[in-house]
Amino acid sequence: MENSTKGISRRKFLATAGGATIMIGGFYLFPGCRQNVGKALDESEPIEKEVTVWVRLMSDGQVIIYTPAAEMGQGSMTSVPLILAEEMDADWSKVKILSSPVEAEIYGVGWYPGGAKNMTTAGSRTIRSYYQLMREAGGQIRRALLQHAAEKWEVDIQELTTQPGMVVHAASDRKMTFGEIADFGNFEKLPDMSEVVLKDRKDFRLIGKVMPRYDIPAKTDGSAIYGMDVQLPGMMYGFINRSPVHGAKPELTNEEEIMNMEGVKSIVKLDHGIGVVASSVEAGLKAKGKMQIKWSKALASSHNSDEDLSAYTPNGAQEENQEGNVESALKTSDKIHEAILTNKYVYHAQMEPLNAVVSVAPDKQSAELWIGSQAPDGAKAVVAETLGIDQKNVKANQLFLGGGFGRRSLSGYAAECAALAKSVDGPVKLIWTREDDVSYGAFRPQVKHFLKAGVDRNGRITAWEHTAVGPGGGLSSGGAGISHYDIPNIRFNRKDIDHGIRTKHWRAVGHGPNKYAVETFIDQLARNYNKDPFLYRREMMQGNERARKVLERAAEMSNWDPNPKDGKAMGMAFADRDAFSCGVAQISLDRASGVIRVHQYWCALDSGVVVQPDNAVAQVEGSVIMGISCALKEQIDFQGGQVAQSNYNQYPLLRMSEAPETIEVDFIDSDEAPDGLGEAGLPAVGGAIASAFAALTGKYLYDMPFTPERVLKVLKT
Amino acid sequence: MSGGFNLSPYFFNFNRDQSRLTMKIEFILNGEKVAIEAPEDAMLLWTLRERLNLTGTKYSCGISVCGACTVHLDGNAIRSCTTPVSAIVGREVTTIEGLSKNNEHPLQLAFQEEQVPQCGYCQSGQIMQAASLLKENPTPTDEQIIQYMDGNLCRCGTYTRILKAIKKVVREGQS
Repeated sequence: MENSTKGISRRKFLATAGGATIMIGGFYLFPGCRQNVGKALDESEPIEKEVTVWVRLMSDGQVIIYTPAAEMGQGSMTSVPLILAEEMDADWSKVKILSSPVEAEIYGVGWYPGGAKNMTTAGSRTIRSYYQLMREAGGQIRRALLQHAAEKWEVDIQELTTQPGMVVHAASDRKMTFGEIADFGNFEKLPDMSEVVLKDRKDFRLIGKVMPRYDIPAKTDGSAIYGMDVQLPGMMYGFINRSPVHGAKPELTNEEEIMNMEGVKSIVKLDHGIGVVASSVEAGLKAKGKMQIKWSKALASSHNSDEDLSAYTPNGAQEENQEGNVESALKTSDKIHEAILTNKYVYHAQMEPLNAVVSVAPDKQSAELWIGSQAPDGAKAVVAETLGIDQKNVKANQLFLGGGFGRRSLSGYAAECAALAKSVDGPVKLIWTREDDVSYGAFRPQVKHFLKAGVDRNGRITAWEHTAVGPGGGLSSGGAGISHYDIPNIRFNRKDIDHGIRTKHWRAVGHGPNKYAVETFIDQLARNYNKDPFLYRREMMQGNERARKVLERAAEMSNWDPNPKDGKAMGMAFADRDAFSCGVAQISLDRASGVIRVHQYWCALDSGVVVQPDNAVAQVEGSVIMGISCALKEQIDFQGGQVAQSNYNQYPLLRMSEAPETIEVDFIDSDEAPDGLGEAGLPAVGGAIASAFAALTGKYLYDMPFTPERVLKVLKT
Repeated sequence: MSGGFNLSPYFFNFNRDQSRLTMKIEFILNGEKVAIEAPEDAMLLWTLRERLNLTGTKYSCGISVCGACTVHLDGNAIRSCTTPVSAIVGREVTTIEGLSKNNEHPLQLAFQEEQVPQCGYCQSGQIMQAASLLKENPTPTDEQIIQYMDGNLCRCGTYTRILKAIKKVVREGQS
């Protein structure tokens, strides 16, 4: 496949994308989709016109919209095209969505003004990043369709309106479908953006309405194609034994034995492991299991996570941020309160272990990649790099992702697959076993939080200091900010510790640990001064109306009651991961076993305009469940630098019997630009549960996760 | 979207691993008689996926603790990741592809109506598990549903919607 992408700027494709010669092909996420895009094969086939890089119109009225974002469960495969369809006034029932080619210069966005264009789907950025762009892209196409109809009918364009899928001339009671326009239209030249008028929110037909997700039917009959599902003729299977301790180098001591095993095609020596390519899954797994590897020593060998965590001190931490003057405000405060909280490493545990398929051409000068990736452009780049060829000779095909949560924006698995595929003739499917996925995971860091608050006589916080200690650098900085509270003097310090291990963004990143620590401490301060934790927070939110309304809404939804009733208690926490969110958990506690049960959960959010309301609710439900799982159960331990857990039996996730009976979600109605909401509900969960626990027992959960053993220990204090 | 059961294009060319000790396995797959050659220690999961190209059944844990690989053996939910192919000889295997012809099993419809799947990777297993329950007991209580579904993990956290969808089918089956 040819990709001609040179010199195409966003302006240019909006203005003249018809002129760009971009071949669009790609591997389709759904089997049975038309793959011969281009000219109609015969007269009975509808004509297909490329309007812009985003849209193709068919003479039978179908509209093909390309989506640039990874679909990993968050639903943006539907919502990004839906924004475009809204402004275009497309008939949604005739929209077909395809994954866009992996061409960051065309389909990517920069994360800040002047930032490099990329196709990374992460950080709840997709709708934020594409909202205005998709509106303009759709509005421009609508304008082009209006122009075509005006010319055809020889009427003033001002007399025309659109209805879904058609242009209407009310004065003469005439209608022209988009399909008819596709038939005769020439989209070489598109209207200038200055002519494009975007809709008022009140005129939206799709945005803000409950629309079914496009990908769901294919996910109920097994037809959705994930990276793991790719099947190619002659495909072989790759497996790798990776360093049990990060950074250790391998030496295979029984190479001949492995090479002589049935079905083994090649052995590939990597810096971080030994790979094998075999003719079947079974042969590959057998060879993987038989390898004898000597590993070199590495920095991480000395990491024992529990011991190291307890030894962390705040001494020598660097100030990252300060407002006001914390030092002097602490001195003048009536009382200083302190708390130390910890959280453990956690694992992404996406249901689909990492995998990729790479086919290298016999001359080794070009390759094709099939992958479910949060950064397909990055994956494409590392495949090219591994093979020593130019990126333009790599075709990348994006597939469905069986979960991402931050793990799939690392591209190492694509590079591994390329290295394996290079060693043989024919495509190779690299499969990570679950054990590989856990033991070679990249984890949200463990953190020890040292919190200090200077408080006046009424319990009001006048000075705040938070020092976070642990590995992972900036991964632990996000979410420490508390500017939504009216606290005049705030300081955040970080002390980074290098244990030589892999750390990574995990859904909501630093907000998870930091909001747990911050909100639990604030809750404790409220209780120290006999204040209702809700009212205490509200008093501190007089300067931020948007935040305060979210807090109030959560209290209203949950019928907030700070007092335990019938063995159950409510707890509250606030978070600001993109959207403001406030969670209320209602829990009970089995004092004999130490098991905490979350019965009900309420979450209020303000994330601006909500594009797909039902999906937005689903995202919050999911992030609450993931948050409960993380708060109650999940932890990765290192012993001698090795990950102690290896599969779901040792890394238990929340199950259906442990999920809340109800999760109620409500979004504040808003005209503000959309903000991220796929992670927003998660960070408050730990704090809300700890707060409810305090209401129930008068004791605090300072260490997350709140496993039964830990809870029992806390109850004994 | 292709529903229903399609033969793999490699159906008659599945035996990529001629040199290994293989056995001939005959069984009923989604209502059709099939005969394949596979290593005798091969698991049903990989045989379905990589030899028969039925990729709706997913690999996730490989040790029967997550339920993503759930299929029916003689109508009962089993974990295909730990079921050796030697155990299915002469028996009936149903995968998500064979659950209904056009994605129209009441559970499939309910999962669509309740907008259950997110990433979707666990959902074939969830639906197959639930289908086995409702076949066994068309009127389960909430507790019975939860107990039966408890071995199926969902990392996206769709549990509340799964429960809603199953209850919807139970309710509609009663009326």
